[in-house]
Parts: sequence; structure tokens; C-alpha cells
Amino acid sequence: MRSKFSYFCTTLTEKKRDMKILVCVSAVPDTTTKITFTENNTKFNSSGVQFIINPYDELALTRALELTEQQGGEVHIITVGDASVEPIMRKALAIGAASAIRVDAQANDGMEVAMEIAAYAGDKGYDLIMAGRESIDFNGGQVGPILSELLGYALVNIATKVDIENGRVLATRDIDGGREKVSCTMPCVVTAQKDLCEPRIPNMRGIMQARTKPLQVIPATVSSGSTAYASFELPEAKGAVKLIDAAEAGKLIDLLREEKKLI
Amino acid sequence: MVLVFAEREGNSFKKSAYEAVSYGRDLAESLGTTCVAAVIGRVENAGQLGRYGAHAVVEHTGAGTDVFEPAVYTAALDEIAKSQNCDVVVLSGSYTGKILAPKLAARNKAALVTGVVELPDMSSGFTVRKSCYSNKAFTTVQLNAPNKVLSIIPNSYSIKEFPGEATLTQLSTDLSGSSMTQSLEIDKQAGKVPLTEAEVVVSGGRGLKGPENWGMIEEMAELLGAATACSKPVSDMEWRPHSEHVGQTGITIKPNLYIAIGISGAIQHLAGVGGSKVICVINTDPEAPFFKAADYGIVGDAFDVVPKLINRLKEINA
Ligand SMILES: Cc1cc2nc3c(=O)[nH]c(=O)nc-3n(C[C@H](O)[C@H](O)[C@H](O)COP(=O)(O)OP(=O)(O)OC[C@H]3O[C@@H](n4cnc5c(N)ncnc54)[C@H](O)[C@@H]3O)c2cc1C
Repeated sequence: MRSKFSYFCTTLTEKKRDMKILVCVSAVPDTTTKITFTENNTKFNSSGVQFIINPYDELALTRALELTEQQGGEVHIITVGDASVEPIMRKALAIGAASAIRVDAQANDGMEVAMEIAAYAGDKGYDLIMAGRESIDFNGGQVGPILSELLGYALVNIATKVDIENGRVLATRDIDGGREKVSCTMPCVVTAQKDLCEPRIPNMRGIMQARTKPLQVIPATVSSGSTAYASFELPEAKGAVKLIDAAEAGKLIDLLREEKKLI
Repeated sequence: MVLVFAEREGNSFKKSAYEAVSYGRDLAESLGTTCVAAVIGRVENAGQLGRYGAHAVVEHTGAGTDVFEPAVYTAALDEIAKSQNCDVVVLSGSYTGKILAPKLAARNKAALVTGVVELPDMSSGFTVRKSCYSNKAFTTVQLNAPNKVLSIIPNSYSIKEFPGEATLTQLSTDLSGSSMTQSLEIDKQAGKVPLTEAEVVVSGGRGLKGPENWGMIEEMAELLGAATACSKPVSDMEWRPHSEHVGQTGITIKPNLYIAIGISGAIQHLAGVGGSKVICVINTDPEAPFFKAADYGIVGDAFDVVPKLINRLKEINA
């Protein structure tokens, strides 16, 4: 059993504080989507495509909720997009966010998204701003780092672990060939990588509550981005696979050497 | 002028730094300008970057630059860019580049493109091709601002050799005051080929049955000078470390040769490896979807096929 003394010590050192966390979420095509384009390859073909919360954003949201459950506080979500993204915002509310903000804009790039979010969040006093490490559609990986720069906050990018201890952020992030443990003060921007937590599935109660939670729509403040997607293309189809008999498997090595000069 | 961030690892440069410098040189030539390499922290011989295409090198060794810190390195890179009047900045999309490229772009209201796979095209404005939809497609992006930041996917561009050393300039402003995060501990497997830089990758899936069977994967990788990788369930079950997990939710790689053993080839796995130049698949199931994405295939049992490949490699090496 824990003695009174050690209990006293931990309550002293693990001083809790109510946290205010903003999580940036975006809607992306489901991971199994067969990607195609329309209008002469200038637009993504969204017909019949199921949109989901970007999986990394979902991890950020879940970890944010876990942190506020430990520390006290509230999680808000923010999205930059038109009204078509509202279903995924309701899902984020069903998972547990307290309220949602939608910046009503069709952003061209990650810079524009981050500028809109920074314009909203700048004076709201968030302790943490969390986002996914990248969206699985444009794979930009831009929003988190740009927010940290625009707001002058510390950054933990591509984090696999994040905790709050004594009012500081303790986190682990991916680096080339390994991981780094870091610590920083709040406010801080954290982007989520796989392993940060297990995503949560909304329950019936959450889904009911989500219907009445506040979803605020605010106008865009940024004029327009500095990049534009001119066209899309699918990778060249591979030729037929060259099969090698398992009994003569070693031939594969010779083919790689002779045909591809790879070994 | 074109500035290239040349990332170091301790005292020497990463392979991705040479790649980025060669890219920067070719880009500078097509713009009719020069290529300057930016080095942050001290290295043995920064002038050697001339051999990969840099005309000049600026080394920032101010206080705080020893260990990577996002705010400090952004400030250092920005200072170098401004000191040289650079309007185009090139970085490798390493974990460090993934932080610096967007931060630098945000500081300078630059047009930013990450995931770049080719040299830009200047025939109508400034456009560049990038990978999108998790390797399932490419898009051509128009950059419409005077300042531009490009981050290229490692292994997208070949390293080139040029004669001569580059001129070296030093900056030494104290940047320690900008630091916001503190590095507590770095956990890295020393001596291993980093997955994102590897030219050959040997990867295993659930078909290998258990972690005890990875000996032959590692042996083959060693004979090939390759890095090892794995599918998501394999890292989820902790047969292999998380740092080896490739795919949509793991690492994206673009090696010259990817050998997939006992991996079915699910769409989320292909999202991380589909950009590999040559793909070989070894799988007992002739219907495994991976064969559709493969250049070479062997329908067979890994426990029979892999030892045969190892034998052939040993014969060749002998
Ligand atoms: C949102 C989401 C994200 C995901 N992200 C990723 C990701 O990033 N990376 C990833 O890899 N997966 C990812 N997945 C999982 C993916 O869908 C597959 O489940 C996974 O890739 C399967 O791994 P596997 O091929 O190792 O295993 P399995 O699908 O079980 O395939 C094993 C293969 O081994 C073969 N085999 C069996 N025995 C032998 C033998 N003795 N010799 C040779 N071959 C043998 C079998 O025929 C089979 O084809 C994701 C899934 C979702 C839903």
C-alpha cells in the first residue's frame, strides 16, 4: 500500500492543470479508395468515395482526449473546408471533442490551412495544438510545423508518445533510423504518428451528444495560397510480373544483376 | 540563388545531403544561377560538398547548432538564406527536413512543396511534380510566390560528381536563445543502413510466422548491403521494431530494389513502397495482390526460397 507520505509527494510533483487543446482535423478519402481523376486530370474524382477523418488526426484527437482526462480540460477541433466536411466533424465530436470550428474556405495548400488556423487560435490561449503528421491525400506534412512557426510555439513533430509532467510536455518523436525523447514548455504544437495511442470508436452516447455540441462556422481570413495543383496523374502501370520457378530461385539474383544491374 | 540544406550526422554528411546538393546544382543551372550549400553545426570538411555540385558552402556554427532543435535550425537556415539572397531553398524530406521546410517557408511566405520527386519545369511558370495520395498518384504543382521551398523525397534524385571543392564561409551568431525544446535522449541503431536512404530493402511480412525467423532476412540484407523493413502487423505484434514498419501509416521508401517476403501486398502496404524502382515478391499464394505490383516474382515458400537466394549471393560474392 502507498504510504500517506508518498501520496503527498506525488500530488505535489504531479500538479494538475486544466488544459485547452485544439486538434486540427481534415477529411480524406478512405485508405482503400481507388484513386482516379476527372476534368482532364485536374480534379480528384470524389464520386462514390467515402471520406474519413485523416487517420493521423484521429490519433491526435484521441491522445488529446486522454490528456484532458488525466489533466482536466477540454478538446476543441478545427477544420478548414466547406460544409461537405461536417460529417467528419460530427464524428470527431462523437469521439469526444467538446466543440468544433469550421473555417469556411476551400484551401489550396497546407500553408493556407495553417494560416487560417493560426489566425483563429492565436489569441485563444491553447496549451497544445495537435495535428496529424500528414494528411494521407496530399501528404504535405505542413500544417503542424507551419503553425509552430506562425505562433512561435515549440514543436514536437511526428510524435509517438506525448505526456504532460509538471506542466511540461514530455514526448518521443521519430528521427531517421530511431527515436528522440524531448521535453518542452507549453504552448506547443505536436503532430501525431502511429503508436501515439489506439484510436477510439465513438459509442452511441457520444454519437447522440455530438448532434447538439456546438459547431461554429467562421469566415476565411486569408486571401489565397501560393501554390496550385495544375494536374494529376497515376503512376505508370507495371508490365507483367516475370515469374521465376521456386526450384531455381537463385536465378532471381542473376536476373537482378544482368537485367537491372542492381546487385 | 539556390540554397540547399546539407544535413549532417555527427561529423559527416548524410547521403540525402549529397542527393539534395546535386539536385540543387541542376536546378541552379536551369535557372542560370549558383548553388549554395547550407551546413548547420560543425563537420569535418564542409568544402567537399563542391564535389556533389555546390559552388559555395556556408557553415553556421553559432552556439546552439550542435544538436538539432527546430527553432534554432530554422533560424540558422533562414540566416544563411538571407545572407546569400537565396530565393529557392531545397531540402531532403528526412525527419529533419520535414520540420525545417515548412517552418522556413512560413517565415518567408514562400510557396512550399513537399514530397517532390523531380526537377522543376520552367516552361510555363515554375512547376514541380510531387507524390500524393500516399504514393497512389502524382500531381504537378504550380509555385506562385517569389520565394520557394522544395523538399524532395529521399532516393528520388541521383547523386552526381563534379570537379573541385566549394568556397567556405562561416557564420557564428549565437542562436542558443531561440531554443524551445530540449533533447533528452536519442535512441538509434548504430551502423545500420537507414531505411529511407537504403538502395536495397529486404522486407518481411506475417508469412514469416514469427520473429525467430528473421535470421535469414537479416543475412540476406547483409549480403545485399540492404536495410530491413516489415509490414504493419509484424511491427504491431512486435516481431520487429516500429522503425521498420513501411506503408501508409509507416515509413514511405523509394529504394532501387524492394524484396517483399511473405507480404500479401495490401493497398496500404503498397502506399509506402510502390515508388520502389524494382519490386521482387516471394509468396506462397499465386493470387497474392503483391504480384500485380511486382517486376519479378517467385511463387514459393520463403523458408525454401530465401536460403536459395542466400546461397546464390554467397557464390557470387566468393
Ligand atoms: C488504415 C490502415 C492503415 C494501414 N497501414 C498499413 C501500413 O502502413 N503498412 C502495412 O504493411 N499494412 C498496413 N495496413 C494493413 C494492411 O491492410 C494489411 O493488413 C497488411 O499489410 C498485411 O500484412 P502482411 O502482408 O504481412 O500479412 P498478411 O496479409 O497476413 O499476408 C501474409 C502473406 O504471406 C504469405 N505467406 C504465408 N506463408 C508464407 C511462406 N511460408 N512463404 C511465403 N509467403 C507466405 C501469404 O500468402 C500472404 O500473402 C493498414 C490497414 C489499415 C486499415
